[in-house]
Amino acid sequence: MKPSATSLARRIPWTLVVFVLALTIPWVGSRYDTFLATQIAISALFAVSLNLLLGTTGLVSFGHVAYFGIGSYVCGILMKTYAVPFTIALPAAALGAGFGALVFGFFCVRLTKIYFAMLTLAFSQIIWAICFKWNDVTGGDQGLPDVPYPDLGWMSSIPFLEDLRISDQFYVVTLVVVMLSLAAMQRIINSPFGLMLKTIRENPQRAASIGLDVRGYELAAFVVAGGFAGIAGALFGIFNRGVFADYVYWPKSAEVMIMTILGGIDHFWGPVIGAATLVLLNKETTSYTEYWPFVLGSILLVLLFVFPGGIAGGLTSAMGWLRRRRGGA
Amino acid sequence: MVDVSLLFGQFLGGLTTAMFLFLIASGLSLVFGVMRVLNFAHGSFYMVGAYLAWQAVHWLSPMLQSFWLAALAAALGVSLLGGIIERLLLRRIYGREELYQLLLTYALVLILGDAAKALWGTQQLSVSRPAALAGGIEMLGTTLPIYNLFIMLTGVAIAIAGWLVLSRSPAGRMVRAAALDREMLGALGANVGALYTGMFVVSSFLAGLSGALITPIQSIVPGMDVEIIVEAFIVVVIGGLGSFWGTFWGSIIYGQVLSFGILILPSFSLFSVFALMAVILIVRPWGLFGRPL
Repeated sequence: MKPSATSLARRIPWTLVVFVLALTIPWVGSRYDTFLATQIAISALFAVSLNLLLGTTGLVSFGHVAYFGIGSYVCGILMKTYAVPFTIALPAAALGAGFGALVFGFFCVRLTKIYFAMLTLAFSQIIWAICFKWNDVTGGDQGLPDVPYPDLGWMSSIPFLEDLRISDQFYVVTLVVVMLSLAAMQRIINSPFGLMLKTIRENPQRAASIGLDVRGYELAAFVVAGGFAGIAGALFGIFNRGVFADYVYWPKSAEVMIMTILGGIDHFWGPVIGAATLVLLNKETTSYTEYWPFVLGSILLVLLFVFPGGIAGGLTSAMGWLRRRRGGA
Repeated sequence: MVDVSLLFGQFLGGLTTAMFLFLIASGLSLVFGVMRVLNFAHGSFYMVGAYLAWQAVHWLSPMLQSFWLAALAAALGVSLLGGIIERLLLRRIYGREELYQLLLTYALVLILGDAAKALWGTQQLSVSRPAALAGGIEMLGTTLPIYNLFIMLTGVAIAIAGWLVLSRSPAGRMVRAAALDREMLGALGANVGALYTGMFVVSSFLAGLSGALITPIQSIVPGMDVEIIVEAFIVVVIGGLGSFWGTFWGSIIYGQVLSFGILILPSFSLFSVFALMAVILIVRPWGLFGRPL
């Protein structure tokens, strides 16, 4: 018997394939393609970090944008105001966001369900109010324009990379950072720690009764998710050439949540698919009509009523159906 | 020396904000208390109410100048919209995870926000103050616009009417029963589905009415929906999600904190109300006047 297609598919390291394919974009695609790819990569990281809470641990955070925002502001302020190199500013953004998540999360994990969602929302609005009003540090409603690109001079000594535009070089950096972060999160989710998180999602009472420190695990997940959201935020501030209070306003939390759900919260790669779909759809739609939110809202309705498992969930059940048909025939 | 008239002025301003927010938040709180759905679209209903009031004033103006008729028409229009939405969409997601409920009402925020933009454009619209309520009265050295006084009285009237209906009428008894145990109420033969639709219609009516009533003091702009809903959330969280009187006192606390916060720390008054919301959620998640679920 031939090895079945599925076992062959399992042996291919998909992360690596996606990475290599995405890496060729600056050479095979246009400048605009690279622009889109950068945005997708950053959104994907943000959405996957949210899914660590939403899908893996079962925590509905309505304020995940707070940690994205802290990351953007920490990195932006360090690089623009204090001329700190990117190699220090990026980890600082992750640490800052992780620390913010530790402080806020400490209180949030004490609540459940709707109250958890409300408290995460309140904290994200606190961060927004600070960013919006603290003119001396965050630039207030003007934001921090002209965040510099990292110094990528070292790339000019590497063959192939030397001829690229700075925005393309930054894409390469972004892609490497995002892929490493995704790989790290995948390891975390598949580790014993990740299994504990899934146990908590399935049944918190039971998890507590077998001696699991539910709040401790939830807080740890919150901090890890916040840290990775901070990395996404730092990259986004540089990519967008500026950091603005709008990044932290609450509808952004809803937006990343839609990305995650659209892709499917039950699969690791679901939020990545969701991010790519939403970014591309946004660009397509906005070239025809200004009413993107209307389109997004309608997509969301269809999603909720027809495909609650998202794209990845839909694909999986379609594949299962095909396999059963083939097996039966 | 403390300037009494300034403090009194802030107090009155806070009270106006409070009663106004109570009009909006009471509907939000009722729906949460009975249906356990946190309705993000409540702010959108408020916005639609404002736009409908503007539209009605314009249509009516050749025949008669009646702000009141326009406001009533707007509120009725929004309650119709609310009823349709409850029947078609909301009904299907009761009992599903709160994530899906939040996202459904957020989808409505997106759709209604863009529909309003498509229908009424993005420029600011305004409605002039009804002639009967122009002018103001002098009190302790500050002037209180009569319209603001009217808003306060409306807030108090709605609070008393709501309390009477909830505590004294058969319909109110049903609502309280549904909040406590909806399966049991259904098992006793009550039509819970119709009750839910009715609740949602009343809640939308209140949102539409407050949207119509704000038009003489604030211009109508896109984005007023997402701004107000967060304020309404703060109010219901302070008072206790689902508690009617809690919402009343929650709005008063919110109004005064915002009003005096501006006096003490001008740039951090926004911060202070969110901080208040966070502290209350941490210390008493069910709010100052609510009961643990």
